This record gives sequence, structure tokens and C-alpha cells, in this order.
Amino acid sequence: MLKALINQLADPIISFPIATLAFWWMIKYYRFFGSKKFGMWALIVSIPVVAWFFADPNFYLIIKTPDNVPIGILLILVCFFTWFSLHKAAVNDERIEQGLVPIEALPENREKVWSWPNLVYTELFAIIACTAFLVIWAIIFKAPLEEPANPTWAPNPAKAPWYFLGLQEMLVYFDPWMAGVVLPGLVVAGLIAIPYIDTNPKGNGYFTFMERKWAIISFLYGWLVLWVYLIIVGVFFRGPNWTFYGPFEYWDLHKVVAEYNINLSEFIWIKGLGIGMPKNLILREIFGILLTFAYVGIIPVWVAKATKIGRKFYEDMGSIRYYIFMFLFITMMSLPIKMVLRWLFSLKYIVALPEWELNL
Amino acid sequence: MAGNGIAKKVRETQVWKSIFRHGPPDNARNRAAVIAGNVFLHLHPIKLKKSGVQLGYTWCMGGLTFFIFLALTVTGLLLMFYYRPTAEYAFNDIIALREHVPLGIMREIHRWGAHAMVITVWIHMFRVFMTGSYKPPREFNWGIGVILLVLTLLLSFTGYLLPWDQLAIWAITVGSNMAKATPFMGNGGPGAMLARIGDFVMVSDKNDVRFQLLGGRFVGEPALLRFYILHCVFIPLVVGVLIAVHFWRVRKDGGISAPL
Repeated sequence: MLKALINQLADPIISFPIATLAFWWMIKYYRFFGSKKFGMWALIVSIPVVAWFFADPNFYLIIKTPDNVPIGILLILVCFFTWFSLHKAAVNDERIEQGLVPIEALPENREKVWSWPNLVYTELFAIIACTAFLVIWAIIFKAPLEEPANPTWAPNPAKAPWYFLGLQEMLVYFDPWMAGVVLPGLVVAGLIAIPYIDTNPKGNGYFTFMERKWAIISFLYGWLVLWVYLIIVGVFFRGPNWTFYGPFEYWDLHKVVAEYNINLSEFIWIKGLGIGMPKNLILREIFGILLTFAYVGIIPVWVAKATKIGRKFYEDMGSIRYYIFMFLFITMMSLPIKMVLRWLFSLKYIVALPEWELNL
Repeated sequence: MAGNGIAKKVRETQVWKSIFRHGPPDNARNRAAVIAGNVFLHLHPIKLKKSGVQLGYTWCMGGLTFFIFLALTVTGLLLMFYYRPTAEYAFNDIIALREHVPLGIMREIHRWGAHAMVITVWIHMFRVFMTGSYKPPREFNWGIGVILLVLTLLLSFTGYLLPWDQLAIWAITVGSNMAKATPFMGNGGPGAMLARIGDFVMVSDKNDVRFQLLGGRFVGEPALLRFYILHCVFIPLVVGVLIAVHFWRVRKDGGISAPL
């Protein structure tokens, strides 16, 4: 009963909004989520829950795949360090509010210490611990090896290595040229651009949230929800034919999912205007094309003019920085927007030009 | 530290003194000498701010990434003694590694280490972001770090093919199919059909980026050789150079970040 409910909730249609909402709450009440009390309770509650998940044969079937072990480790580390950095930020923010300096700036922490022994011994200890960890991991889990390569027989599902499964999951919503080339390229370019876009001089060299709210929100949303969460979906909830399966669901090859996705042009010309699709390609897709240009061209201008926060960004950053930031940000947000449009309206493509392999 | 009896005698031998050119690091002069006089240790500054050695601040993830990279280099070298990158031998060599090599956990350490490095490099970036350490004067080094992150993923990705089993070729097939969709440069990407002169197709499946990556139209033996060389020689060399730049710039940009 409860398992059936969780199977339902795990579906991205529900779990993605939940993840986004949870993220928003975490940010809004970061002092509560970053408190020691919350961390302790989260740990106490999560242990039996994880044990209960493991006790399920279908969940165990997926998690025990040797290559999925690192994802378990990643999740534990991401949860811990997210809590830990919020905790550190909350402590420092409270100090800053009281007019004190952050912990890292206290005189005793600014004091210089010898690398030997302070630094080299820490490193030695970390190296020994890491080696022990890797050796034990290697003894317990054999490296996976399946049948010899057979180019004539494709496994179902055929999955990329786990760290790319967020990108593979994006293929549900975008064509390969976007999900596999343009968006990853923009992720890399955007990451490199961060220090040149973020002109806020505060928060350099210490944990804080308050002093650099927007930078942290944009980054963490991309990292935790759009990257890590999508990897979880791709690894644990996607079975044969990339169909959704709940964590307690058996990967039945014959699960049928009805999908009738339609394009924006079909929506407008056939359903809306009722006059059928025009022959001319550009005319046929004109609404989607205009919408796309409006999205990347008009929204940044409108945000800068009409909203308080937008005007502040524009004034702080200057026009070039501001536009690059807005372009990267709205490109990132195009993923959740496209997801929601798919779920609400079964929208397939905003611009559908399969004749040119250009689908958006 | 100075010790007594045997330890002291050992320290006074000519051999010991020829290796370690200074006394035990229990005073300021020798603590400086031990760091400055050792080619590996001199990556470190002689002194640094206390906040920079605290695990709560650094999470030690950058250092561990480097250590795992070294561990992968060593285990990878050992694996190269046993492995031949051809469709005929690759899979059997992996089987042999498992069944005939005594205490064989090298492949396990190499594979789990590769996953671990992806994770530590992500968490390292997470920490650097959360402490605002990319801010001036460290903007450039953050960019180097992002490129190292991409190269780490590419190292892991190219290594994924080498066991030459079903998991390997299909994961690489899924991954490399993306290259087919590259705008203008992949034969299934937008703009590719514009690149034609009359009947002559300029971007086809015989010359697009995917073909260059795989050395063929599908994941076959040429792809195995390419990925092997990328994995064992080319990318590690680039990574090595960039790690040197990364570490150099950490020092030159004022050491590990701390409040200004």
C-alpha cells in the first residue's frame, strides 16, 4: 500500500515538483535545515527508511548492480555536504547579523600554521583512509563484467555511464542535439563563466548564504535538482524502453505507456485555428520560432525593466554580464519548463522542424 | 621527535643524511626545510592560514581527487601489462585478469576509483562554490577546474569501453550517438543537410564527428583502439599538465581561499 504510493510519487510528474518544492523550502528555511538538530533527526529517520527500501526485492535488484553502488555513495555524500554547507552558512550568517566576523575570519583561524605537521599529516590520514576505503570496496564488490560485446544485440534499456544519466534523462524532453550537445556545452561554458558573471565581492573564502543568495540558489538548483535528481531518475526509475518504473516495481518489459505528444504548431493550426497545417515550413512553425526568440530575447529585457530584482541585477552587472547571466539562467530553466509543458499539455516540440533535424 | 638509541643512530648515518638534508622537523627552521627541500612536499606552502587546513572548510575533496588520480595511474599501468585493446583479446584479457591474477583487485580498485574520482571532483567543485572561492583572484583557476572536471568525465567515459562487454559497447553507443546530433558537424544534427553541394553530401555518417570519435560508423575495433589511446595516454597527459597549472595557480593566487 505504502509501496504502491511511493511508486506513484516517484514518477517525475510528481517527484520533480516535489523535489523543486523541497529545494525551495530547504533554501527558505536553511537555518532550520542546516541546524544540528535537523541533521541528527534526518540521520535517525533515514537509516530505517533506507533499510526498508533495501528489504524490497525489486529495489534490491536495481541497487545491487555493482555500478550503482557509487550512486549510493554519491547520494550519501551529497545529502551530507548539502546539510553541512547550509549548517556552516547558517552559523556564519547568524554571526554576521550580530555584527561579528565569520568563523573563518576569526583571528585564531587567520593565524598561520606550519604545513608540517598540520597539513601533511591531515593529507596522510586522508590518503590512508581513502586507500583503505577503495581496497575494502574492491574486495567486497567485483567489477562488473557482462557477456562479450555483441553489436547485434542491444540490451534494453541501454544506459550511458551513471554520471551521464541526467543527460540521457533529458532526452525524454529534448532532442539529442539539445540534450546531448548544446545543453551540456552550455553547462560547461556557464560554469566557467560563473566568476565573471557573479560580481558580488562578498562571501569570498567563507561559508555564507545570506550574502550571496541568488548565486547559491541558481547553482544549487542546477546541481541538486537538475543534475543529481535527474541522475537518480535515470538510474533507478528508468527501465526497458526508458519507461518509468517505481522503486518497488518489477521491470516488466511489457509495461505499456500511452503517449500522445503533439507539437505546438499542431496545437495552434489544427486544434486552435482549425485550418490545418500550412505547407511552408517557416509559416508552419512561426509561433514556436517567435516564442523561442521571445524567450531568449524579450524575457531578459522585460525582467530588467519590470522587476525590482531584475533592475538590481542589471545595474550591478552591466548589460553584457546581465544578458549572459539571463541567457544561461533561462536556458537552464528551459528544462523544467519543458517538463511541465509536457506533463500539462503533452507538448512535444515548441519548434518542430524534423525536415532540418531542428526540433526544440 | 629526536628519539633515542637506534632512531638517533639511524638519523646520524651518512645514508640518512644524504636523503634528508635537514634535522627532524621539530623546530621552525627544519619545518620550513622539510617542505621546501622535498620536490613533492614543496607543492605546499611552508605556512598557511589555519582555516585552510581545517577539514570543515576544505572537505579534503580536491586533495583526494588528486590522490585518486595517482592511484588510478598506478593501477592503470599495472592493468596495461595484461590488457590488449583488440576485439579479439580485450574481453578475454579482462576474464584472465579476474581468474588468473593472484589477489587480483587491481581492476576493481581502478573501476571503483574511477567512480570515486568523479564523485570527489563534483564534491570539490560544490565546496569551492559554497565558499565563494572562485571569486577574484581565483576566476581563472576555477575555469581550469571546470575543464579538469570535464576531462575526468571523459577519462571515465573512455575507460568504460575497454572491458569490451555488453555494458561497455552499449553505454558508449548511447553516449557517442549524441555526437551524431552535433549541429552542423554530426550527420543527424540540425544544419547538416544544409551542408551539401548538389548531390554531394558534406556531412555524412562517414565523416562526421561521431565517425572521427569512433573511427567508424559504429562502436567497433577502431573505436576500441581510439578510446584506449585517449584513455591511457592522451587525456592523462592533458590532465597532468592542467593539474600542474591548477596547483601552481592555487599557490600563485594566494593559497587556499580564506576571508579577504
